[in-house]
Amino acid sequence: MTVPWPSRPAQVPVLALGDVLLVTLQGELLDTAAEQLQQDIAQRVARSGATGVVIDISGVDIVDSFLGRVLAEIAANARLMAARTVLAGMRPAVAMTLVELGLTLPGLATALDVERALELLSGHPLAAVPSDPGKEDT
Amino acid sequence: MTEQDTATRETAAQLVEAFLKQRREQIAQRWADAPLFRTVFTVSRDEAVEACKGVVDALAEVLAGGRPEDITAPEFATVREQLGHVAASRARGGATPAQIADDVAALRPPVTELLRAEFADPSGVQAGEAVLLLSVVMGTLRLVVMETALSAGEELMERQRQQLLEVATPVIQLWDGIVAVPLIGTLDSARSQVVMESLLEAIVDQRAAYAILDITGVPMVDSLVAQHLLKTVAAARLMGAECIVSGIRPAIAQTIVHLGIDLGTVVTRSSLADALAYALARQGIAIPAPSASRVSPS
Amino acid sequence: MEAVSRPVTAELPIGSDADLSRVRQRVRQAATDLGFGLAQQTKVVTAASELARNTLVHGGGGLMEMTSLDDGHRRGLRLSFVDHGPGIRDVELALTDGYTSGGGLGLGLGGARRLMQHFTIDTTPGQGTTVTVEAWEQGVPTARRGTP
Repeated sequence: MTVPWPSRPAQVPVLALGDVLLVTLQGELLDTAAEQLQQDIAQRVARSGATGVVIDISGVDIVDSFLGRVLAEIAANARLMAARTVLAGMRPAVAMTLVELGLTLPGLATALDVERALELLSGHPLAAVPSDPGKEDT
Repeated sequence: MTEQDTATRETAAQLVEAFLKQRREQIAQRWADAPLFRTVFTVSRDEAVEACKGVVDALAEVLAGGRPEDITAPEFATVREQLGHVAASRARGGATPAQIADDVAALRPPVTELLRAEFADPSGVQAGEAVLLLSVVMGTLRLVVMETALSAGEELMERQRQQLLEVATPVIQLWDGIVAVPLIGTLDSARSQVVMESLLEAIVDQRAAYAILDITGVPMVDSLVAQHLLKTVAAARLMGAECIVSGIRPAIAQTIVHLGIDLGTVVTRSSLADALAYALARQGIAIPAPSASRVSPS
Repeated sequence: MEAVSRPVTAELPIGSDADLSRVRQRVRQAATDLGFGLAQQTKVVTAASELARNTLVHGGGGLMEMTSLDDGHRRGLRLSFVDHGPGIRDVELALTDGYTSGGGLGLGLGGARRLMQHFTIDTTPGQGTTVTVEAWEQGVPTARRGTP
């Protein structure tokens, strides 16, 4: 695993799929790149009027509290612009670590993969994994 | 024990010791064909013979040391390791402790037969004393082997216990997109970790949106176990799956309340069947509510 | 159980965003070489990322020392994060989840402590802070089928 680290923040591509923006994160993400991404997504949502954002993190092997905060803020910003954010494809080891870290991202909707995330955004809003399953029947 | 007895015994000990030294080669040759050694030294018979000679020498030393009944006699120390290997190897081959004991007992007849043949009058008093003493020391040898085999068994059990950790937590696919782990037995920290990992891996492998943790078979839930359950539920949710904890028996429910653990955000159902019904309903599959007669399919 | 430590195997500067990335990669490599399972590798790398960021943000930069350990039964990894910044006035408070002085989520120190097996903090106001953590190979075999 000797991936050369980028000398400058790599751009994270943001794809538009109809009403949904698809962001695919891969491997190492520098803090500055993550903050840049946060701004990019906010601008894209505002410009395009997207109703949903899917962040695919299946290619990410660690999420620390910084990246966790960025992800939560992306979702919070998008919500202010009436777009829902779904975090897709988190790896088991990453999920276990985040829980241990105390970062359970309660405000974020999650899905097993991009396909499920898109289904979730296009389908019934209650099909989402509830952020508070205790009130799942409401 | 009278002085007379002691004197006879000393003589018998000297006799048997001398016999063991003299007939070392013949005894070893016969023992090498006994199951205990034959099944272990499958490659070279010479090796078996050498091992047997070591045992004969040790017995002679034990007799010279004057403690034929003592399994802690230092003279046994030299063969302990060797016999331990032999016994452990038999155990790995599937032999039970009882079989290994029988194997060791089977070493006695050939050597007593040889000993009897040494005497002009094999049914005389002197021969009887000698054979009895040899039997005693062979009996002690059997105990030494058993003790060694058992301690080797403990090591084996420890290894197996670790392997069992993985085997004992099967993740079952109940339906398309629904997996379950029926937990049975005590949950400690190590096992909880394995459960969590297995379940999360299964969620990815089976693309399961619902995961059921059934704790019907868990005798006790303390705050540590509850913590692990909560962590598993939280980790599954981060991956995009919903966890349902089923089979919380009344006694366990009371403990949870008593410990002040908040399971408030976790979906719980009283039985695995109810949990499955819930997951199916969430996937849009309607099924009739389980009737009382089929609440518990197990 | 006195751990035998080999000499420091690596010393990495922590002075920029890119250095954090380098720290994560080197720690991942070391954890892989030690035979840590995937779950534990992830925990160790995440803890290193949290602590290195603390060194950068709160300590004004510094360095990480990485040492491999062996106690005769298991192998481990020791990471020390050293800065000469302002130090931490109230360690207990800094270890409390949610407490932050740097605009993060305040999970850095406390979170790293939960992810690792040993955690010590040595700080003097005005002098700097050294946080040392250790992770040891887990005795229990973990259920794993390949790495994603």
